[in-house]
Amino acid sequence: MSEHILSSKLYWTIWAVLICLTGITAWVSTVDLGPLNTVVALLIASGKALLVVLIFMHVKYTSEKLTRVVIISALFWLLILLGLSLTDYFIRRPGLAGGA
Amino acid sequence: MSDSPAPLALEHTPGLQHHFADMEQQRNASSLGMWIFLGTEIMFFGGMFLAYLVYRMWYFNEFAAGSRTLNLPIGAVNTAVLICSSLTVALSVRAAQLGKRMLLVTLLVLTILFGLVFLGVKAYEWNEKFTEHHVPGYSFHFKQESTEKPVDQGRAQIFFSLYFAMTGMHALHMIIGVGIFGVITWMAWRGRFTPEYHTPVEIAGLYWHFVDIVWIYLFPLLYLIDRRPHG
Repeated sequence: MSEHILSSKLYWTIWAVLICLTGITAWVSTVDLGPLNTVVALLIASGKALLVVLIFMHVKYTSEKLTRVVIISALFWLLILLGLSLTDYFIRRPGLAGGA
Repeated sequence: MSDSPAPLALEHTPGLQHHFADMEQQRNASSLGMWIFLGTEIMFFGGMFLAYLVYRMWYFNEFAAGSRTLNLPIGAVNTAVLICSSLTVALSVRAAQLGKRMLLVTLLVLTILFGLVFLGVKAYEWNEKFTEHHVPGYSFHFKQESTEKPVDQGRAQIFFSLYFAMTGMHALHMIIGVGIFGVITWMAWRGRFTPEYHTPVEIAGLYWHFVDIVWIYLFPLLYLIDRRPHG
């Protein structure tokens, strides 16, 4: 019924995790992992974004299901934008699209 | 929905607008509207991320060389500053829920200060780009290290164009965010928020966290393309 009031301890914990992940991502980028460097950087960024959305933006505690529908649709549209455009750019005959 | 008839509109809480059944419905409607707006923002930034991805795959050598000239420690510190500002926003929403006015005002002012520190550091970084001739245009010149593969000046300009477009749009969102929080702070100071009604704090907070998330992706994508040891 009424809104959730989270403990300030939880917010501070999430803050500490986010700061640590920032340090880790900066450090791990200087280690040679081959093509995995980009994957690791994006996974850490997505983990951080997820923590912010679920805890700081209260999505984990919201009773409103429509909010979740909106978020998932937005991500789905983003996937269409990136996925379909990238397949278009990278399955064309080389030279046509102007790329190397 | 309960079985009992709806309470008379005459006796509702002062913050409730007459077209909503109760405070919870009013709050959910506002938050849903904000999330839909953030959905359009995701698509807005998504277009720039798409342009970045395509060019990064085509011109990886130039993007990697350009990325290495960005100031990594300063970028990381600025990320931490934004995360601190997100914490103060989350705590300020909590202070509003508990009705602690002075704590709310203090946290909001801290948020604005963190936002201004971020923008100041960003301005310092942009200034560095001007002195290094890394701003796209007539005076652009990318001086490469001898160990690198030859860098095409035109392709390097595309990296820095995207760098300025993306960090610039992000900074514009930060400036708008600081403005919004200025108004929210003033409202909090005037005692406009109560544990029953503090939707503006919450909605402004959603916006601030979203701008933080954009930076969480911009930092690795722009600063950390290729920092591995070379040679």
